[in-house]
Amino acid sequence: MTKIFKHIQTSVVPLPIENIDTDQIIPARFLKATTREGFGNNLFRDWRFDENDQPKADFVLNHPTYSGKVLVAGKNFGCGSSREHAAWAISDYGFDAVVSSFFADIFKGNALNNGLLPVQVSDDFLKKIFDAVFADHTTEVEIDLENQFIRISSTGEKENFEINPYKKACLINGYDDIDYILSNRQAVEEYEKAPNP
Amino acid sequence: MAKTLFDKIWDAHVVSSKEGFPDILYIDTHFIHEVTSPQAFDGLRQRGLPVFRPKQTVATADHNVPTWDQHLPIKEELSRYQVDMLTKNCAEFGVELYGLGHPYQGIVHVIGPELGITRPGSTYVCGDSHTSTHGAFGSIAFGIGTSQVEQVLATQCLLQSRPKRMKIEVNGTLQQGVGAKDIILYIISKISAAGGTGYFVEYAGDTIRSLSMEGRMTICNMSIEMGARGGLIAPDQTTIDYVKGREFAPKGEEWDKAVAYWETLYSDEDAEFDSVLSFKAEDIEPMITYGTNPGMGIGVTQHVPATEDFEAKEQGSYKKALDYMGLHDNEQLLGKPIDYVFIGSCTNSRIEDLRQVAAFVKGKHKADNVVVWVVPGSKQVEQQAIAEGLDKIFESAGFPLREPGCSACLGMNEDKIPAGKYCVSTSNRNFEGRQGPNSRTFLASPLTAAAAAITGRVTDVREMLSELEFQE
Repeated sequence: MTKIFKHIQTSVVPLPIENIDTDQIIPARFLKATTREGFGNNLFRDWRFDENDQPKADFVLNHPTYSGKVLVAGKNFGCGSSREHAAWAISDYGFDAVVSSFFADIFKGNALNNGLLPVQVSDDFLKKIFDAVFADHTTEVEIDLENQFIRISSTGEKENFEINPYKKACLINGYDDIDYILSNRQAVEEYEKAPNP
Repeated sequence: MAKTLFDKIWDAHVVSSKEGFPDILYIDTHFIHEVTSPQAFDGLRQRGLPVFRPKQTVATADHNVPTWDQHLPIKEELSRYQVDMLTKNCAEFGVELYGLGHPYQGIVHVIGPELGITRPGSTYVCGDSHTSTHGAFGSIAFGIGTSQVEQVLATQCLLQSRPKRMKIEVNGTLQQGVGAKDIILYIISKISAAGGTGYFVEYAGDTIRSLSMEGRMTICNMSIEMGARGGLIAPDQTTIDYVKGREFAPKGEEWDKAVAYWETLYSDEDAEFDSVLSFKAEDIEPMITYGTNPGMGIGVTQHVPATEDFEAKEQGSYKKALDYMGLHDNEQLLGKPIDYVFIGSCTNSRIEDLRQVAAFVKGKHKADNVVVWVVPGSKQVEQQAIAEGLDKIFESAGFPLREPGCSACLGMNEDKIPAGKYCVSTSNRNFEGRQGPNSRTFLASPLTAAAAAITGRVTDVREMLSELEFQE
């Protein structure tokens, strides 16, 4: 069953860097685990910790000012490797949604399959969030999946976002892709029996 | 109605299509490896499900394996555990495994094609973004996450929305010393690391057509580096000749039937693409990347861009990349001393790549300041290289031929580039830390990498062309 997502209101963690690839989100040397848990400890590992495993003071996750359930990042978030560990790490760390002006395809799919909502906004709206958060770190955003909007609480500025209607229903109801395909098992077996090229 | 090649294959694999839902797409072959499969097998156990079509699932160990002394147990405990877990899972669920020590073991995207498992007109997925490699045969192949690996193990199907279609044409004659890797690095440098997102790309044009299957695989392999889900090339005689006679290729009557179908696989003349791009082969130089994503590439004689060339909002990310690489605005890479050369990965570790490098380094010796790793893509590539005496050529040049695996492409196994060191690499990603924490990667072709190995510097291979006997 997929983790359920409906609505949140929360402060945010700003990461205004573009093209954040999944090797930054979780470096390959931490992909040796055979379960889904614990990846949050190594989220953004090499940006977050130095070579002696000490926290780097200038990285946002180590900054006492910023916290919240939403990560806001620059465009083309999640590019590169297909590792679902990236979505697991973000989720395991405690984020429920990622906001960016552009997501890489595979990351977006992986996030949706784990109840982590990717919210794609315009470049302008992304800038508005960054500006609001850097002006006041307590700035909150509200994300309403049912009505497909994101709102900056302090300014009231709002933007709608797109999501595949099937994936939306999965997130709101906790539906699962495997259950859906298994309910079509007869069609799969008929396909296999038909003369295919 | 006129159809693209992509749509012909997609339509032939739709099990069910319903308004408002993604299509249920049938997957002909599912490749799995040790890193992205354990959680999927666990999921099956929790659901009490078997692997639905174990005979259509093929496993190998590649990401986490050492490339030296493979006959000994894997030293690193977690790596050994993960590889052992794959063995255990494959045995429990009845999946064929080409594990360490097996004559078919190798990088998943190298063994599929060389065993004749990869064929035109089929669908392939794997929990690895470079699955796009298999598109070189005129098939639909793309990378998936672990939840989807579980989905395909459980159902042999994948829920997937149809992507948009892009056509990228390359026409004209390549300069000497310029090859498939340069073509794809050039395209990505022009359209950026996100320029293909949301699309499936068909590569076309006479330059693409003139490439060998190895070259086509190199091109399709890096489709993901422009954000595209995958890339494909219409099959032709080159494709058919490559597949014929391979271990799992169809034989006899089955072969004739298959070829008859493959000959129908091309985009109809009036087929519509959502985007069409054209490039001239003559414009392409030997390419090299200078930054921390594969879109940050230049011709080897060009200068690194200046921060002010970028829009204000992009300047921070650009400066961060240059700082990481230890480079400055307008710097020329040509002549820059390097520390490592890595020839390998699912992009460039096939026999043709090794032959090209061997022909170039024959009778020469590597520079003293450089460590060179040549890693074959599979056990079969390794054996072929040895049979042709390439290992002896490499040894005389000062570097041994290693054993197959993903190696220094991803900083996961023992082969890592040390912090701060520069590596000219034939792999596919130059992300921060990709080849090891704080390593610095210059992506390039096998020839450019071989030239750097000999001179110890970033080199324009065209200047050494008279020495390229094999290009006569």
